[in-house]
Amino acid sequence: MRALVIDDSRAMRMMIGRLLTQQGFEILQAGDGQEALDVLGACEPHELPVLCTVDWNMPVMDGLTFVQSARKRTELRDLTLMMVTTESENHQVVRALAAGAHEYLIKPFTAEAMADKLDLLGLDPSRRVA
Amino acid sequence: MTLSPEAFRFVADLVRRESAIVLETGKEYLVDSRLRSLAVAAGDADVNAYVDRLRRPDGAREKSKVVEAMTTNETSWFRDREPFQALSGTIFQELMQRPNASRTIRIWSAACSSGQEAYTIAMLAAEHVVPLGWRVEIVATDLAQSMVDRTREGRYSQLEIGRGMPAPLLVKYFQREGTGWKVSDQLRSMVRVQTLNLAAPYPPMPVFDIVFLRNVLIYFDAATKKQVLGRVRQVLDPQGYLFLGGAETTLGIDDSWERSTIGRFTVNRPRGAVAAPTVGTAPLSGLAARKVI
Ligand SMILES: C[S@@+](CC[C@H](N)C(=O)[O-])C[C@H]1O[C@@H](n2cnc3c(N)ncnc32)[C@H](O)[C@@H]1O
Ligand SMILES: [Mg+2]
Repeated sequence: MRALVIDDSRAMRMMIGRLLTQQGFEILQAGDGQEALDVLGACEPHELPVLCTVDWNMPVMDGLTFVQSARKRTELRDLTLMMVTTESENHQVVRALAAGAHEYLIKPFTAEAMADKLDLLGLDPSRRVA
Repeated sequence: MTLSPEAFRFVADLVRRESAIVLETGKEYLVDSRLRSLAVAAGDADVNAYVDRLRRPDGAREKSKVVEAMTTNETSWFRDREPFQALSGTIFQELMQRPNASRTIRIWSAACSSGQEAYTIAMLAAEHVVPLGWRVEIVATDLAQSMVDRTREGRYSQLEIGRGMPAPLLVKYFQREGTGWKVSDQLRSMVRVQTLNLAAPYPPMPVFDIVFLRNVLIYFDAATKKQVLGRVRQVLDPQGYLFLGGAETTLGIDDSWERSTIGRFTVNRPRGAVAAPTVGTAPLSGLAARKVI
């Protein structure tokens, strides 16, 4: 199982990547939404990640635009999109969900909170079929 | 100075008498660490001096603080997930198929901690029951006054929200308030909150269709578990459902219960309750991500 971590902060990518590695994911990274679309576009169908964590504020293409673009691609229909961002206003969560994000995790967060989100999404290791 | 064996025994006896919570030998470190801040707040030099204060005639207020400090209030939204899938996907439907003139489902969250369990139930009720013209009344109780107050307030920090709250339900049932979130009036109006000691006789209560008695029996000895299960059965409909925590069972404690399996969850029912319902399991919420289940 692969996860694509999209964030313009390298430190944040490492941090999220480490948590997801502990949960059994193999990690891909992208520094903005456009780079993420490129990474996804270069994947064979069987190599596609099952999960993207998506920062909101990024240069080139922000997270919301990325979510909108990814939702339009039928080859990405099984991809679970989770916003991971400091944006924490009610209307922002609503907006991201309306754009097609499945979950929303507000920074800063704990390892437990991340695990809980994966659990909610049916992506935690104990529930995964190998 | 760390807690003396004598002071530990005094606190363990107090806590047992007031809450039935068992503090076995070996839990000295726990008592010590939890009493430390109370000792500081009371201006005592160390925990032993603080325990001496408890023995004085005017120690009653301080004693209840100690009992509260020894409760474990760990909780989360949709804790363990499966119980709530069984509730929303099967049990609600089964209850709504019964003749019920008042079209009301009554649920007790019997050790509610800061309220996540009660409001999780309320969200599922608002999603799956209320739209069908039924009412859901939830009674949330806890021994600890501070937990009862928190449940009544319904305010949660970002960190607390992070523990298992699905984002689609968050934005539907909570409002941002300061750096945290506040439960909506709709949910709050479904939940009545009061203090209640599970290990003492209960005040008059309605008959419940469902009792959540989760992650609290683990703190009691076998005799108290049996007694609590017996009292709970008195307020549970003979066809009702009892939800226990993942590490809790009626087996070997009280044989007036039988188990029935719903998906991956095992629910307890008073012996003789009708056969397990067979309505399929449904996602936690129609709004939640498609990958739930
Ligand atoms: C671990 S929490 C469980 C919260 C929730 N039911 C859950 O499963 O997430 C245990 C709660 O039981 C309460 N408790 C402990 N002893 C109790 C008693 N004798 N009567 C009522 N509540 C009690 C504590 O105050 C605490 O809030
Ligand atoms: Mg950023």
